[in-house]
Amino acid sequence: MQIPQPRGPLTEALFSALRSVSDDFYSVLAVGSSDGEDAALALWVLYELHYLGFDDVPDALEWDPQLLRLRSVLERDLELRLRERFTAPQGLSVVDDLLDWVDEQDGASVAGHVHRYADREQVIELLRVRSIYHLKESDPVAWVVPRLGVAAKAALMELQFDEYGNGDPNRLHHHLYARGMEASGLEASYGAHIDEAPLEVLEQNNAMSLFGLHRRLRGAALGHLAAFEATSSLPSRRMAQGLERLGFPAEMVEYYTEHLEADAVHEQLAVRTICGGLLADEPELAEDVWFGAFTCLDLEDRFAQAMLERWGLGEERQEEVA
Amino acid sequence: MNTPPDGASTRFDHPDMVLCPGGPMLLRGKHTIMDADGVEHETTRPVTAVCRCDKSASFPWCDGTHKVLPDRLRPA
Repeated sequence: MQIPQPRGPLTEALFSALRSVSDDFYSVLAVGSSDGEDAALALWVLYELHYLGFDDVPDALEWDPQLLRLRSVLERDLELRLRERFTAPQGLSVVDDLLDWVDEQDGASVAGHVHRYADREQVIELLRVRSIYHLKESDPVAWVVPRLGVAAKAALMELQFDEYGNGDPNRLHHHLYARGMEASGLEASYGAHIDEAPLEVLEQNNAMSLFGLHRRLRGAALGHLAAFEATSSLPSRRMAQGLERLGFPAEMVEYYTEHLEADAVHEQLAVRTICGGLLADEPELAEDVWFGAFTCLDLEDRFAQAMLERWGLGEERQEEVA
Repeated sequence: MNTPPDGASTRFDHPDMVLCPGGPMLLRGKHTIMDADGVEHETTRPVTAVCRCDKSASFPWCDGTHKVLPDRLRPA
């Protein structure tokens, strides 16, 4: 992957410095903080140094202290904004109540629109921007594994093993997505569509990396995982039916049919054994688990609203497809 | 630093079957399930969710449909 197109003064300065041979980033730090897409894309690029990196950036910059400093400034802003939107539910238990709580939240849904109404161009746009996450599916939560006690660690690996294909690379979920994209005539290489990713996609990605990369946020990472899995099966059915309605190839449909069964298992494991295991060891992390779960649903709601608005759907129609 | 309290002698619950309240039965390991029509279905993943509400469109596997059923139609 190449460094994306900049979207403001911070990414202009950062990307040009990353591509230069110098490792002096004081000029970037001097730009200071930024906001909106500019800040989100800067943080996304800094996080990517920890995943697959960029063809035009030296690998050694992953641990450059000045870049880590910039990353921490951007992360602090992001975490503050996410926490400001969150109120912890009172009197609920993660293990007993989280799945019902997720069902009661009433966010906007792109899957409902794809199921019955979306046209081919809208679905292609959705598949492209969703690829920013789906082509690294499950990777952000993999950072959490060594930070857990015995029960939660074994439980997370039981789920992750399935995400990564149970040893069969042909069944690895992000590879299923790449195969689906390719069969649909779309560029399927990692990060290929980053220049079209709206702010909401960058924030969804950044929140997962933030939770995954910080040990102190392990509760939020696992709460996010639980909410993500708990909102996957039924929407995956609607996605699969919408893709079939529009004549998309079987490989693309299969990604979603795999998820409707896999995630019916994963949501139970994520809540009962993974979050349950974590909280048996560290009950004081319950509020962080809720914070991660809330953030997952909140960011998906904001993403869905942004896409439905972009496609010209008013609030009334948004409720109809929810 | 977080120091998980698990001692080396701790034995953890890890049942082969788990009945999820209001939801599916989780089944660990490789199994063959025969449905009411006599058709056999093999599990393909390490843990499988078997439908208990009888309303799954992927029967005998769970597809999350129990979540849209009224409480009285959900499994105990």
